[in-house]
Amino acid sequence: MIVAIGAALLGAVSGTLGTYAVLRRQSLLGDAISHAALPGIAIAFLLTGSKTPLILVLGAAVAGWLGTLFILSIVRLTRIKYDSALGIILSTFFGFGLVLHTLIQRTGNANQAGLDTFLFGQAATILESDVLTIGILGGIAIVIMLVFWKELKLLVFDEGFAASLGLPIRALDILLTSLLVIAIVLGLQAVGAVLMSAMLVAPAVAARQWTDKLSVMMLLAAGFGALAGVGGTIISSSASRIPTGPTIVLCATVVVGFSIVLAPNRGLLWNRLRYQRNKRNLKMLGGQLFQSEEQ
Amino acid sequence: MIQEHLDIQLIAIVTAVACALPGVFLVLRRMTLMSDAISHAILPGIVLAFFLTESLSSPLLILAAAGTGVLTVVFVELLQRTKLVKEDAAIGLTFPALFSIGVILISRFAGNVHLDMDAVLLGELAYAPLNRLDIFGYDVGPVSVYVMGTILLLNLTFILLFYKELKLATFDASLAATLGFAPTLIHYGLMTLVSVTTVGAFDAVGSILVVALIAGPPATAYLITNRLSLMLTLSAIIGSVNAVAGYWLAYLFDVSIAGAIATMTLLVFGLVFLFVPNRGLIAIARRRTRQKWEFAQTMLVIHLFNHEGLPEAEAESEVAHLHEHLRWDPAFAAQVVKYALNNRCVSQEETQLTLTERGRTVAQQALVQ
Repeated sequence: MIVAIGAALLGAVSGTLGTYAVLRRQSLLGDAISHAALPGIAIAFLLTGSKTPLILVLGAAVAGWLGTLFILSIVRLTRIKYDSALGIILSTFFGFGLVLHTLIQRTGNANQAGLDTFLFGQAATILESDVLTIGILGGIAIVIMLVFWKELKLLVFDEGFAASLGLPIRALDILLTSLLVIAIVLGLQAVGAVLMSAMLVAPAVAARQWTDKLSVMMLLAAGFGALAGVGGTIISSSASRIPTGPTIVLCATVVVGFSIVLAPNRGLLWNRLRYQRNKRNLKMLGGQLFQSEEQ
Repeated sequence: MIQEHLDIQLIAIVTAVACALPGVFLVLRRMTLMSDAISHAILPGIVLAFFLTESLSSPLLILAAAGTGVLTVVFVELLQRTKLVKEDAAIGLTFPALFSIGVILISRFAGNVHLDMDAVLLGELAYAPLNRLDIFGYDVGPVSVYVMGTILLLNLTFILLFYKELKLATFDASLAATLGFAPTLIHYGLMTLVSVTTVGAFDAVGSILVVALIAGPPATAYLITNRLSLMLTLSAIIGSVNAVAGYWLAYLFDVSIAGAIATMTLLVFGLVFLFVPNRGLIAIARRRTRQKWEFAQTMLVIHLFNHEGLPEAEAESEVAHLHEHLRWDPAFAAQVVKYALNNRCVSQEETQLTLTERGRTVAQQALVQ
C-alpha cells in the first residue's frame, strides 16, 4: 500500500516535471542526471560515513546538478553537440562513481547491495518516511514551478522571445534543471538510475498526444505517471519475482503506445481515418468535376 | 603476473580503439545517444541468447544481442516517423522499455541460469584474461582479444571501404542521397557496427561505460582537429591512452578498471578542453581579455583622434577626463592608458595624452572600417 502511494506520487512528480524536458527536447537529460548522481552518493558516504537516505540524496543531487552544468557549459563553449556532451558526462561520471564505489567496497564498511539499488531501485523497500520525503520535496518542486509558470512556459516555447523581454534565460534554465534533478533524485530509490529517464519521458509523451495545452498536458502527465506507478506496483506484487521498477516503466510504455495509437486528432488511428475520409471526399469531388466537364 | 598486465591492457586498447572508430561518426552525426540506447537495449537479446547457449562469449549471443541493437534503431526510427514523438523522446522511450524486459526476464528466471547482472552492466576487465582460447592445446591468448580484434578489424574494413560514402553521408546527407550513395543504407550499416561493437565490449567494460569509450575519445579529438582522417587517428590514440592510463590507475588504487578508464576519459577530455590551442577554455578566455583591451585602446585613440588639433584638445586629452567622456572607471582608464602606452599608440606627458603616429593609424583604420 505504502509502495503504491509512493510510486504514484513519484510518477505524478516526474510526469509533471518531465513535461518540460520532453517539450525542450531534453528527454535524455534525465538519463544523464540519474547516472551522474552515482559519484555524489559515493562521496556523500565517504565524507559523512552515514547511510541516511537524506544525505545520500543530497550528494546525488549535487553530483547530478554538477553534471548538468558541465553538459550545458560544454555545449555553450565548444562545438561539441548536446548529445555527445550528454554521453560523455553520463558515462564518465558513472565510471568515476564506480571507482569510488569499489574503493568503498574495498574498505569494507558498506554493504554490497548499494550499487544494485542505485541501478534498479528497490521499490519494495519504500517506507512511510520515504513517501513523506517524496511528497514534501516533490511538492516544493511543483510549487516553485507554479510560481515561475509564466517564465518557464515562455522559456520552453520561445526562448529567443523570452531573452528579448529581458528574462534571465540562464538562471531560468538552471532553475528548470534543478527541479528536474530533484524529481530524478527522488526516483532513484524506487526505480533506479537506468529506468528513471523513462519515468520522466513516458508520461509526458503520452500526455502530449491528447492535448496542445501545456497545463492540460502537465495534469495528464501527472495522472499517467501516477497510473503507471500504481499499475506497476500492483502487477509486480501479484506475482513472485517481478521487480517493481521495470514493471512501472513497462506500464508507462503501454500508456504511451495506447496514446500514440488512439489519441483523438493526433493519434495514428485517427490520422488513418482522416486520410481515408479525405481520399473519399476527393474522389467524390473528382467525380463531380468530371461530370460537370462532360455536360 | 606480467603476462596478466599485458593481456588486460591489450584487451583494453583493442576494445577502446574498436569503440572509438565508429564513435567518430556517431559524434559527428549527433547520434551519440543511440549508442547509449543500444547498449542498454541489447539486454533482453543477451538474456534470451544466454538462456539458449548458457555462455557469455558464444558468437550466437553476440549475434542475437546485435540483432536487438539494430531492432532498437528500427523502433526509434518508426516512432520518429509517426511524427508524434521527437527523436530524443523516441530514444528515451525505447531503451528503458527493452531494458525493463531484460531485467524482468533475469529476475524471473534468475534461479535457473547463472547470469550476473553486474557483469552485464558494469563488466569486469580483470577477469577477461582468465577466459583463454585454446587451439590444439596451445594457449594463444584471451578470447576477448580475438573477439574484440575481429570486431576492430570489421570496423576498420567498413570505414576504409566506405570512407568516401560515410564522409559524405555524415557531412551532407542530402548531397549523398542525390549522388545515389544511399545514406539510409550507410546509416543502418553504421548502426549494425555500433551494435556489434557494443555487444563485444560489454563483456569487458559493461554496457554503461561503453558509451564512455564510444563518445569520449572522438569528442576529445573533435576539440583538436577539423579533419576527419586525423580525427579518426587521434580518437584511436586517445582511446588507447585512456585505456592504459585507466588500467594503471585502477591497479594503483585497486578499483574497477572500467570505471578508472571512464574516469581517465573524463580527465583527458577536461585537460584538452582547457588547454587545446585556439578552441580551449584558456585560449578563449585569453582571447576575450585581449579583445577587451584592444577594444578599449581603439576607443581611446579614436577619442584622441577626434579632438586632435582642435581648441578643446588640451582638456579632452586629460587622463582624468576619460572618466567623464568614455564613462570609464578611473582605475580602468589608467589600465587602458598603460596598455596603449605599452603598444606605443599614445604618449604621455604629465597628464596629457598625445597620439603617436601608430595610434593615429589605428584610429583611422578603425574609423574606416
